[in-house]
Amino acid sequence: MSYHSVVCVKQVPDTAHITGEAMKADGTVNRAALPTIFNPEDLHALEVALEVRERFGGTVTALTMGPPKAADVLRDCLFRGADRAVLVTDRRAAASDTLATSYILSRAVRTLGSVDFVFCGRQAIDGDTAQVGPQLAEKLGFPQVTYLQQFIDLRDRTARLRRNVGNGWEIVDVRLPVLITVLDAAGEPRPPAARRVMQYKRARVRAELEAEVKAERPSAAGTELEAEVERRAEALRARGLMLEQWSLDDIRADPAWCGLAGSPTKVHRVQSIVLTKSGYTEIPPTEEGIRRLIRELVVDHTLG
Amino acid sequence: MIPVNRNGEVWVFAEQEDGALHDIALELCGKARELADRLGVQVGAVLPGWNVRELGYRLIPHGADRVYLVQDRRLEHYQTQPYARALCTLVEQHRPQIVLFGATPLGRDLAPRVASALRCGLTADCTDLDVADVDDPAAKTTHRNLLLQIRPAFGGNIIATIINPQRWPQMATVREGVMPLREPNMQRKGEIVAAPVTFEEADFAVRLVERHREPRKVNLKGARTIVAGGGGVGSKANFKLIHDLAGAIGGAVGASRAAVDGGFIGKEHQIGQTGTTVRPALYVACGISGAIQHRAGMEESAKIVAVNWDREAPIFGVAHYGIVGDLNQVIPLMIKAIKERPKE
Ligand SMILES: Cc1cc2nc3c(=O)[nH]c(=O)nc-3n(C[C@H](O)[C@H](O)[C@H](O)COP(=O)(O)OP(=O)(O)OC[C@H]3O[C@@H](n4cnc5c(N)ncnc54)[C@H](O)[C@@H]3O)c2cc1C
Ligand SMILES: Cc1cc2nc3c(=O)[nH]c(=O)nc-3n(C[C@H](O)[C@H](O)[C@H](O)COP(=O)(O)OP(=O)(O)OC[C@H]3O[C@@H](n4cnc5c(N)ncnc54)[C@H](O)[C@@H]3O)c2cc1C
Repeated sequence: MSYHSVVCVKQVPDTAHITGEAMKADGTVNRAALPTIFNPEDLHALEVALEVRERFGGTVTALTMGPPKAADVLRDCLFRGADRAVLVTDRRAAASDTLATSYILSRAVRTLGSVDFVFCGRQAIDGDTAQVGPQLAEKLGFPQVTYLQQFIDLRDRTARLRRNVGNGWEIVDVRLPVLITVLDAAGEPRPPAARRVMQYKRARVRAELEAEVKAERPSAAGTELEAEVERRAEALRARGLMLEQWSLDDIRADPAWCGLAGSPTKVHRVQSIVLTKSGYTEIPPTEEGIRRLIRELVVDHTLG
Repeated sequence: MIPVNRNGEVWVFAEQEDGALHDIALELCGKARELADRLGVQVGAVLPGWNVRELGYRLIPHGADRVYLVQDRRLEHYQTQPYARALCTLVEQHRPQIVLFGATPLGRDLAPRVASALRCGLTADCTDLDVADVDDPAAKTTHRNLLLQIRPAFGGNIIATIINPQRWPQMATVREGVMPLREPNMQRKGEIVAAPVTFEEADFAVRLVERHREPRKVNLKGARTIVAGGGGVGSKANFKLIHDLAGAIGGAVGASRAAVDGGFIGKEHQIGQTGTTVRPALYVACGISGAIQHRAGMEESAKIVAVNWDREAPIFGVAHYGIVGDLNQVIPLMIKAIKERPKE
């Protein structure tokens, strides 16, 4: 048998390490100042897909939607063993909420043809919703198995999976095709393979070539620019280093269901968390000080 | 997607497992009651399961006017697709204006599937909900009485208010333990209506082979007082101090992730973004720096006492009482003071 797995990966700002520099004067987060990383749980999703390929045969396609810079995570997938990588990028996809994101990803998966597994991370660390996986499953009409802890077995196109549901676990059987969201408990991601890094570090999507040529030849005009981009693309293609880049038209996505227009949720207001020093009562660390504190807590009925 | 329907009810999904309602179902009923009173509409609760009619009677005192009971033997254990079909069928029939789910592992598996099928919006993991008129300058209109869905995002570094002006119902998942659990009103009247739903064979594509649930050993959410220890406690042996203080007060033991990662105590005691969210009457934080992921789980506590020898520790930013000092000296003094406290 040969199974086709698609892994959805997202490039995210490193929200766990937000420093002073990443805050703007008005107290909001300056995304541009944050380093971007591979969404942590997506690395685990990729690992499970690669293990499925090793155990049962097949191919692994990495799929991401984002700006051209998101090609970074696609290269990382190739370094770690993915067979194919696709970027969906389109201005009309910007500001998509999870419903629009999952619609666009579903069109891209459909465009890939026959698919047996779609793997997602459980949650991305920027939007923090964990909604894209289940929504993508619904759009594809696939059953979903969330919170994968262990991929146990695969027989007769039925996968046996162990999921962690917080207050326990369960083992389920599901017929393919299926969408699975993966926890970080499901296998340690393998590191990039040195040989594959050498092989793929020059891989590019077309939008990156366009940006490179524009930066190198600021005066180049339309057709000249196009010709140079095409020349470089041809050279990369010959070496299997041209990554696929799809627009909404390429995946036959209806723009009305994408981007801001296709997103029913609207961000009305955003506040950054700034520590407000509201002022607390300081208690001296002495026997008498602590006695007073306890007495106060008894008097206001906090303590019985 | 259903059209904007200002007379629609406010709904909650009544999560239950093994014949017991999840606390979140009751918390949501209370919040839904408050929102519905402001909107002048009724509260509905959707209760899918098998042999769960009794649970419906518990929802009414907490605020439900109507419980939609969906019973089928195959709904005994939660499964995404049949539960989603039940919700979608009922939403399309009754057109509620708001649907709330718990942001539990189950709720976060179910709600997005439902939202996608209905093609409506879904706000994740809300910590507060409100109702207000919202101006829309672009369309030169004011949306009356929208649900304001307030949630942390970006790893807890920002708080976003999300609205859903056009494509209804307005749906959200709500974090456990952030809406106060109100006293039930046993005089409240309500009805339980059987809501038949037709399932398809394909809804049961996932087959449960084996299932294991751990009894909740620590009841952090129900505790009136929590004494929590952090990395500053230093060792598993020294964590006895925290247990002793909790014992003296009669409270539960909590921990920061540093304490859990250090092996001082089990993960089920962790408080914060990836642990439990609590709002006790008293929270005593000992040797906890107060990282944002920790504060996210405890800053709603009514009274916070912080013990830390670093005056600059962020925990003091949310504390009501601060003791700058070595916890190894302060905690024994606290235990002594509690044992000798005056009785009210
Ligand atoms: C402050 C803020 C709050 C928001 N709140 C909401 C909200 O409440 N509801 C809502 O609908 N939208 C919300 N959004 C929009 C949401 O963040 C985006 O739609 C985002 O593209 C996907 O959501 P997520 O980051 O939460 O992903 P998750 O749903 O957490 O991602 C789960 C998995 O889906 C896959 N995945 C997600 N995005 C992509 C992608 N672009 N390419 C490939 N795979 C992907 C990955 O495998 C990932 O691990 C919010 C955005 C901001 C900035
Ligand atoms: C995605 C993500 C999710 C997370 N989720 C959580 C979560 O749910 N809960 C959580 O708690 N953390 C969480 N964290 C981790 C969080 O960022 C912090 O690392 C953690 O809370 C630190 O714990 P701490 O303050 O106890 O330890 P430390 O950072 O080690 O701080 C110890 C404190 O104790 C003080 N101290 C030391 N010795 C003494 C003494 N003898 N007397 C008095 N004071 C002393 C020190 O001054 C210091 O302030 C998460 C992180 C990430 C990235």
